[in-house]
Amino acid sequence: MLTADDLETLLLTFKVASITTLLLLLLGTPLAWWLARTHSKWKSIINALVALPLVLPPTVLGFYLLVLMGPAGVVGQFTTWLGLGTLPFTLPGLMVASVLYSLPFVVQPLQATFSAIGGHALEAAATLRAGSLDRFFSVVVPLSKPGFLTAAILGFAHTVGEFGVVLMVGGNIPGKTRVVSVQIYNHVEALEYAEAHWLAGSLLVFSFSVLLILYTALRTQPVAHSLK
Amino acid sequence: MLASRFLHPILAVGLLLITPSLRAETVLVAVASDFTRPMTEIAATFEKITHHTAKLAFGSSGKAFAQIKSGAPFEVYLSASEKYPLELEKSGFAIADSHFIYAIGKLVLWSAIPGYVDNEGKILTTGGFKHIALADSSHAPYGVVAEEVMKNLGVLDKLRPLFVMGENIAQTFQFVNTGNADLGFVGLAQVIDINNGKLGSGSGWIIPDNLHGPFRQMAVLLKTGAKNPAALALVDFLKSPTARSIIEKYGFGLPE
Repeated sequence: MLTADDLETLLLTFKVASITTLLLLLLGTPLAWWLARTHSKWKSIINALVALPLVLPPTVLGFYLLVLMGPAGVVGQFTTWLGLGTLPFTLPGLMVASVLYSLPFVVQPLQATFSAIGGHALEAAATLRAGSLDRFFSVVVPLSKPGFLTAAILGFAHTVGEFGVVLMVGGNIPGKTRVVSVQIYNHVEALEYAEAHWLAGSLLVFSFSVLLILYTALRTQPVAHSLK
Repeated sequence: MLASRFLHPILAVGLLLITPSLRAETVLVAVASDFTRPMTEIAATFEKITHHTAKLAFGSSGKAFAQIKSGAPFEVYLSASEKYPLELEKSGFAIADSHFIYAIGKLVLWSAIPGYVDNEGKILTTGGFKHIALADSSHAPYGVVAEEVMKNLGVLDKLRPLFVMGENIAQTFQFVNTGNADLGFVGLAQVIDINNGKLGSGSGWIIPDNLHGPFRQMAVLLKTGAKNPAALALVDFLKSPTARSIIEKYGFGLPE
């Protein structure tokens, strides 16, 4: 059965993943929009940067974040100057790391959706004197629902499953930064296989349900063909 | 002499049978991450003397244990504790009675900042730090010993909220070395300057053995290596004066 500690890590994981997903949608939407529309020479560079977390091994990414956000790192000195202290071993630090780590999972589906929206609908809206923000919210957002759904769920699920980065940046503090993937790993390392199975099983059921809901929802969406 | 004490009779016979066909072989070794530095040097010396090759895989003792039980092709296993090798012998993954202590672990309370940790560890009582790093005591031997030290000093409950835990001792060292944790319990081998036997950088307190239980690190010959001359040679070499002097140089204690 799941212990109280296990439940605590599950709750913490969902908290981190929810807030990370919100942050990712807030940051990722304008970024994806810009990437989908721009002809700037920076586009390729930014695209490559967004995809980098897919390539770097998570523990390597985690180690660099540990160094950068530490007292001797550039980011660490900046956050200390702001009076925030350093970020490793804190919940905000975990979220910063998660946002970076899951960034491509949110930006890429959004970018694909935005690219698939033709210029015609936007031009039509412009002739009706809709401002650019108005056009975005009354034309782009409704047309991009499946894209937002995919982005949100992939971002959430990927953050739930992250391990290497949080292991490095989080410091495995019970109740504060010990998320479910680390807890499963701890059970395995401590040879508590039964506990590990329970928790891993719960995570598996959860992940499958999330993905099932996603794909069922996408099937009922009329513009689902705009997704890969 | 040592060999006769530690080698199983069947193995000794096996060794004799193999000896005529002495060739350079390769042995795959799982090594506890705290023993990384000495083992790298031991393997290099071993290769020079015996012409066998030792391939080393570093990681936490618990991980290697789980891998071996799942059929990993390791032939010799150097654990940071006694628990895992004995368990492997019991479950038949290791050769019965092939276990031996190869080193005594030494713990250091260490900080990357010079002058931060006094040489009596008074800082544990006076406090004033935000994070103290240690290996996860749920599975890492160094974490278990670190908690024993804090318990014996009567500061365990007070310090627990400041814990940040590394998955293994190498990661714990990274927490402290990058300055993210003000101080932490690491292995002496990680911070020793082998040229003078003192700390290479930062400041630290080498913790006296009487503040914790025995910290014996045990190795074992695995079933997979029973017929590999390189595995048998490495097991012997680990007990040799040459290897012992390397082990001692990196700050480990020696078994009797």
